[in-house]
Amino acid sequence: MTNDHAADIDKHVRIYITVFVTLMALTIVTVAISYLHLPVHLAVSVALFVAFVKGSLVACYFMHLISEKKVIYGVLVLTALFFIALVLLPVLTVSDGFGIHG
Amino acid sequence: MDIPYTVEVRRDTGLTNGKIGIWLFLASEVMLFGALFASYILIRVGAPTWPRGATILNVPLATFNTLVLISSSVTMVMSWASLKRHRFDTFRIYMAATILLGCVFLVVKYFEYSHKFELGLFPRTNNFLAIYFTLTGLHMLHVFGGMCVNAYFLFPGAKQWKTNPEWFTNRVENSGLFWHFVDLVWIFLFPTLYLL
Repeated sequence: MTNDHAADIDKHVRIYITVFVTLMALTIVTVAISYLHLPVHLAVSVALFVAFVKGSLVACYFMHLISEKKVIYGVLVLTALFFIALVLLPVLTVSDGFGIHG
Repeated sequence: MDIPYTVEVRRDTGLTNGKIGIWLFLASEVMLFGALFASYILIRVGAPTWPRGATILNVPLATFNTLVLISSSVTMVMSWASLKRHRFDTFRIYMAATILLGCVFLVVKYFEYSHKFELGLFPRTNNFLAIYFTLTGLHMLHVFGGMCVNAYFLFPGAKQWKTNPEWFTNRVENSGLFWHFVDLVWIFLFPTLYLL
């Protein structure tokens, strides 16, 4: 949202309120699902999916990523790749015995 | 010498220097929290047993804190929107509300931590509590840091509104980006630690 005009702000404010209500509702949904005592794999998948949706709403609308410049998207794509590598590499070492269990 | 590209955008990036700077900083923050999340996953998948967070931690309090932090994100973005509308008084109300909600979050965490310590639950007790205190402690430091920056823009830094309102608005937006990131991290911490 680098070149927004003040006149557009009213429209954005309505979106912020909608996102706010959605985030509140999704928080309640997250807690409610946890009381269903789903199997661990399903519970992790559902909880992370809801968290991903909430996080995307915050990033897209509150952080204005939905209308940002290409440079920032580039930075974020690189960050996401390194983040995935950071999270997955240690997990791989224990999941199939790359040496840790040797 | 004046700082370049605080209001006008650079031709090559299409952004102000402050905006690209804060995003690069947030990228480094993703890696910081990413390393800790990776540690959490590694410790958890390697553990023979792992407690459900809800059996040790206070889910209703954490749910309340989640709602508080989401509300603070809205007040933060509304403070920036107020500046865009040239309503400085409204900006001050929303920014004060953001700081107040940050205080509420930290006070609730204080009670949570105190209760754990009273029960003899410390980071050294087990791996779950070690990663819980590390992740939430680091997150609390970020909340406190964001509150300090926001307090600066509410009080001493606010005089810039009279001399250079566009730059001030951009700085508040950048501060907001950090605040929203802190909210975003909590959105993932909450289910990971408390509900799974």
